[in-house]
Amino acid sequence: MSLLQVKDVSMFFGGLAAISDVSFDIQKGDILGLIGPNGAGKTTMFNVVNGFYAPSKGEVFFKDRKISGLQPHQICKLGIARTFQVVKPLQRMSVLDNVIASAYLRVNNKGEAEDIAREKIKFTGLHDDIDVISKGLPLGKRKKLEIARALATQPEMILLDESFAGLNPAELDESIEIIRKIKANGITIMIIEHHMKVIMAISDRIVVLSYGQKLAEGTPNEIGSNPLVVEAYLGEAESA
Amino acid sequence: MTSVAIEVFLQTLIAGLLLGGLYALIGLGMTLIMGVMKIINLAHGELMMVGMYIAYWMFVLFNIDPYLSVFIATPILFFLGIALQKFLINPVLKVEAILPENQVILTVGIGMVLANLATIFFTSDYRSTPVSYATNAFYLSDYWKASPIELSLSVPWSVSFILAVIITISLWFFLARTDTGKSIRATAQDTDAALLMGVNVKLMRVVTFGIGSGLVGAAGCLFLPIYYLFPSLGGQFTLIAFVITILGGLGSTIGAIIGGLILGVFESMTATYIGMGWAPVGRFVIFVVCLIFLPGGVASLLKRKKLGK
Amino acid sequence: MKKNIPLIILAILAVLPLTGTSTYMLHIVILVIMWSIIGMSWNLLGGYCGQVSFGHAAYFGVGAYTAGILYTKFDISTWWGIPLCIIVVALFSLVLGFIVLRLRGPFFALATLASGEVMRITAENWVDFTGGTMGILIQKRTWVDKTWYFYIILIIAAVTFILVKKLIHSKLGYYFVAIREDQDAAESLGINTTLYKTIALCISGVLTGIAGAFYTSYMGYIDPHVAFALHDISIITIMIVMVGGVATFWGPFVGALIMVLLAEFIRSMPGLGTAHQTFFGVLLIVIIIFLPNGVVGDFKKLKRLVGLGRASS
Repeated sequence: MSLLQVKDVSMFFGGLAAISDVSFDIQKGDILGLIGPNGAGKTTMFNVVNGFYAPSKGEVFFKDRKISGLQPHQICKLGIARTFQVVKPLQRMSVLDNVIASAYLRVNNKGEAEDIAREKIKFTGLHDDIDVISKGLPLGKRKKLEIARALATQPEMILLDESFAGLNPAELDESIEIIRKIKANGITIMIIEHHMKVIMAISDRIVVLSYGQKLAEGTPNEIGSNPLVVEAYLGEAESA
Repeated sequence: MTSVAIEVFLQTLIAGLLLGGLYALIGLGMTLIMGVMKIINLAHGELMMVGMYIAYWMFVLFNIDPYLSVFIATPILFFLGIALQKFLINPVLKVEAILPENQVILTVGIGMVLANLATIFFTSDYRSTPVSYATNAFYLSDYWKASPIELSLSVPWSVSFILAVIITISLWFFLARTDTGKSIRATAQDTDAALLMGVNVKLMRVVTFGIGSGLVGAAGCLFLPIYYLFPSLGGQFTLIAFVITILGGLGSTIGAIIGGLILGVFESMTATYIGMGWAPVGRFVIFVVCLIFLPGGVASLLKRKKLGK
Repeated sequence: MKKNIPLIILAILAVLPLTGTSTYMLHIVILVIMWSIIGMSWNLLGGYCGQVSFGHAAYFGVGAYTAGILYTKFDISTWWGIPLCIIVVALFSLVLGFIVLRLRGPFFALATLASGEVMRITAENWVDFTGGTMGILIQKRTWVDKTWYFYIILIIAAVTFILVKKLIHSKLGYYFVAIREDQDAAESLGINTTLYKTIALCISGVLTGIAGAFYTSYMGYIDPHVAFALHDISIITIMIVMVGGVATFWGPFVGALIMVLLAEFIRSMPGLGTAHQTFFGVLLIVIIIFLPNGVVGDFKKLKRLVGLGRASS
């Protein structure tokens, strides 16, 4: 069963199309990788799914319910959480308070919110930094905080926007492990990533965007052998 | 409409346009500062008040015409603005605080001090400048004997308006043609990009605050022959400048000019048709309507094609 | 021990009138408490929720005029203004919030500033209803003695204190701070930012309005320039919180104490009275540059500065 359907979505900014007529489905429990060169419209797609933008054309369905046009907080309440490419921690709050703030989405009581928060912090391996003010965290940990915060809203689906960029190899391995664990918990994942090896390894399906259009879609193997993709993106990535 | 009604309407329109031209000059200084520094200068009106007192004392002590004082008050205000920016506002930009509005609150403090110092030194008396041409006016019937309606055009208002237009055009040339002007515009559009292109952003901020202050100082000189002067007049002009900036679109110079004219006409109409006391309310009605229905101001209408994010 | 500090302060204050405090002293204490309430309510919206209001005089004035108009138009005691203004100011905040809360940062700040000014001008011009610039004089004062006024404002302050304390440690408090720190992140975490900002504005407005209604009963006279004052209310409110400490619990109390005492001190010095705005303006500038988190927020820094001063002298 497809959990999220993106149907013929276009997004125009003052006449320029950031996304044009893109459609794809995500199956429940899958990891869908969204790749493409810079400016391909990946983050814009996230912003459409997450409700920051209402698509200029087309619709987005979540569990067969139309969500395009809803506010971000409504979409989050329905079960789609996200992280940001440029991390947005609540700077002057501790790691714990950051996560508590988002855990409050499903509970009203401080004790329950704190329980959820502690669990998610442990899940992402941040428990040593639980009382650190998030402004002082190094980038790798801030990226984890983004994930912990998104998970604390107890989503059915999570959008990860470049959660691996700028991480060192050790952190990279940890993060891949975290994503596998998220999937094992039955949460559907859509992920934007530049690390080709990572995305090839963890994705069930991959959608390739280029200049706002869908270039290809398929399993990692299909994508890896698609000449169009290799030319437009992979080749460039290899040589870089 | 009877001819009297037309006469009243046209007279109101003219008064509004003349006022609007001066408002535009006040708004320009504010919009420049806002565009480049991304802060609101709530001491803007108080700087104008300082300009007016300079022109006033030049007139009283040395019998210098307020219009000539433009050349005295503008440089003084320019340097005052630079000093304020360098020694007070810049340090605050670096201070880590919970509320980013700290800078705005700082300018409130500056405004309070300026207004209060003026009260201490010059008392809170209302003053007017008895220039010889204060009540002179042009009459339509003098030029067109057969005119069915009578319209008048006050001499000081007209002169102030024309000077405001000249200053505005000079500013336009400065921004469009000179290197400094271009650097200022680049800083306003994209600070990071300007930095990369080698623009001295820090200097541009200081210079812009100086120019913004100088402009409003000039506006003060132009207002002096037609307006009362008192220490606390700054507040209302700060608000006017801000309304114009919103109406015109943040950081847009053309927007500020159009915004100033719209506001001038609207206030003039409110005063004539609803009542003098309500003119300031009209100002806010425009402000609120604009915020709700036209958040980007006039500038957003002018460049609908511009790419947004 | 630390937990009991509020109770100890309350107990000391409660017996204050019994110790034969002079009327003037009691007046000062009443002012400090009233300003603490306004400061706390501003802090809830500005310090915790990050929506810096330059127009709290609007709420203060609407509260004050609710009480005043009850008296002039309906011949009802101004004290009923306190419960009534909860409804009136809440409705007023909803309408105002609808307009101003769609704006962010400095735009919000200026829209609120304008709202205070609009209310003042309206009160000046709507003579039939408000009495215009003549203001409203309450001829039938409830008490000559200040003791009861003192206890009433003390009770209001205690209730405000408990309410704010509960709020900032609840879900609402977390949401307010999340909105202050990053509105986009808050929204994407499922926080209905518009709703929670409106809640913050309403609570803040109502608390300030109650202080305004009290003011009418206490002072017995209001006019548009007093009740909707830009500098003497809106800006002073900001100053109290800035001086005391933004987003700190005790900041508004400390700020109110410092500001009221300073104002009285300046007023009592011959020749300085006219310069009080300069003092306040300079104080504001100094605080923003050197103690951006106020006396409470930067207490350690302040102690260090004072300590250094002593060591070197």
